[in-house]
Amino acid sequence: MATQHSRSAARLMMAPAVILLLGWMLVPLTMTLWFSFRNYFPLRPDREPGWAGFDNYVRFFSSSAFWPSVQTTLVIVGGVLLITIVLGILLAILLDQPMWGQGAVRILVIAPFFVMPTVSALVWKNMFMDPVNGLFAHLWRFFGAEPVVWLSDASLGSIIMIVSWQWLPFATLILLTAIQSLDGEQLEAAEMDGAPVHKRFVYIVLPHLARAITIVVLIQTIFLLSIFAEIFVTTGGAFGTRTLTYLIFQRVLESQNVGLGSAGGVYAIILANIVAIFLMRIVGKNLDA
Amino acid sequence: MGRITLEKVTKSFGDVNVIPPLDLDINDGEFVVFVGPSGCGKSTLLRLIAGLEDVSSGRIVIDGDDATMVPPAKRRLAMVFQSYALYPHMTVRKNIAFPLRMAKMDQAEIDKRVNGAASVLNLTDYLDRRPGQLSGGQRQRVAIGRAIVREPAAFLFDEPLSNLDAALRVGMRLEISELHKRLTTTMIYVTHDQVEAMTMADKIVVLRAGNIEQVGSPLELYQAPRNTFVAGFIGSPKMNLVAGAEARKHEAETIGIRPEHIDLSDTDGLWKGRIGVSEHLGSDTFFHITSDISSEPLTVRATGELSYEYGAEVYLSPRLEHLHRFDAQGLRIA
Repeated sequence: MATQHSRSAARLMMAPAVILLLGWMLVPLTMTLWFSFRNYFPLRPDREPGWAGFDNYVRFFSSSAFWPSVQTTLVIVGGVLLITIVLGILLAILLDQPMWGQGAVRILVIAPFFVMPTVSALVWKNMFMDPVNGLFAHLWRFFGAEPVVWLSDASLGSIIMIVSWQWLPFATLILLTAIQSLDGEQLEAAEMDGAPVHKRFVYIVLPHLARAITIVVLIQTIFLLSIFAEIFVTTGGAFGTRTLTYLIFQRVLESQNVGLGSAGGVYAIILANIVAIFLMRIVGKNLDA
Repeated sequence: MGRITLEKVTKSFGDVNVIPPLDLDINDGEFVVFVGPSGCGKSTLLRLIAGLEDVSSGRIVIDGDDATMVPPAKRRLAMVFQSYALYPHMTVRKNIAFPLRMAKMDQAEIDKRVNGAASVLNLTDYLDRRPGQLSGGQRQRVAIGRAIVREPAAFLFDEPLSNLDAALRVGMRLEISELHKRLTTTMIYVTHDQVEAMTMADKIVVLRAGNIEQVGSPLELYQAPRNTFVAGFIGSPKMNLVAGAEARKHEAETIGIRPEHIDLSDTDGLWKGRIGVSEHLGSDTFFHITSDISSEPLTVRATGELSYEYGAEVYLSPRLEHLHRFDAQGLRIA
């Protein structure tokens, strides 16, 4: 049978990709699970390696740093999502207006997305947020105010600001394409039906953007749960900016406790899944139809 | 009431002058059709009346009030768009209720009007569906429903039937005419299809390049086209227009004769021709006939029974009382 043939041929040809992807995911996952049940201190010859049972899980969970790190993670994810989506919608509407130099402006808006996280965090830290020489400090002094020591006094807000700056272009781009696909006659019909600008936005534009917003939320959440470089090069996890990812990093590399860090990794997977379930419940229905 | 008057209205987009100064009177309760080829400015004119475009100069008066600067929502006009422009995320009920909700009408009155419109338009069973689940004709009816619940001074239709298939188009044409008879509200209807214009209109406005070529009832336009453009545009199949030596015999630059006003004969007639393509419609037959008097083939409409071989020689006799004569400027000679 031709279909039988082509089906098995298709399976055969898909196999390399599937095996590669599965291996890519399964090998590290299995290793993490394995290490999480072990006492494993590669650089500390004084500690004996061996089987640990659930000790690592209990220690990671009962550590005083655990819940604050979960909270920090969620605050950063939530804050960045809020800022990028609100500003993203506004920017997308703005960029949708016909104007001179539209192409160039759009590329400029997208530019921050191409800057590596480490670089952008360093630029923000040294150029903008430095309490002595930063642009913000100069601005504050110009108005006679005391410069804010951003990364220690408003550490969480500063990190949210940096990460939002990086992800705003992504949100803007997706939302802009969505806005461009809105049928102009719908807006005109609403205008004739007596809907003023803000009601047209609420009743026509926002529902039209629902699916794009869902996509932005889902994709950004995946990446934001694991932000690391921005924290590493700015606060180093101090001043209440230690996320779950950062806590795991500290356990593995600073305490040289691979087993404990791996247990944290498993918690991170669980957290990500809980967030994903909630997101799917709240916004996932927009992806139907 | 829905009396609309345009006074010296013009519209230009940048340097391009789309509508030169234009005057038009639309009486209360009239069904007016703007007809013309693509790009003649008929949709622009409708959008000017709706207020979706601003006039460059001139005045639009609705029921005696200057509405030139009045925003679209305040003009008491309802529009049905070519794409229907239904709100895809709302049910049919919410779509139809939308203008009433925007007007902050109370819920009981909204329900009453929506249900009324739905029963008039046979939409009662579909009120809880979304536009995506409806057929083209049903979407069209929802769009009309959204317009009639507002009880506007006039309805504006922008090529509403062009997205429907031929059979549905004939049906919707009747429904809209029926609706007009029942509501007796002013309707302005834009189309490029002269059949829609002829069948529906009380008054046809023929437009070319923003200029009004002629205004009149369908029969006036058919029987006495003011110029060659209207003569060629109104009527299907098109009027035969013949210029040159044959026209000068009738003291005109161009003569026009409708396909139904030419008789065919095997033996004698005024003109001689050779049968080209024949189109048999059953009720009628259209012959395309090449002849010496014109480079364009002449179209002749005959009864459905008549049949000629391709290439057969025939004689044509125009009924001279139905001959239209036009001068060098293309204007009708009375």
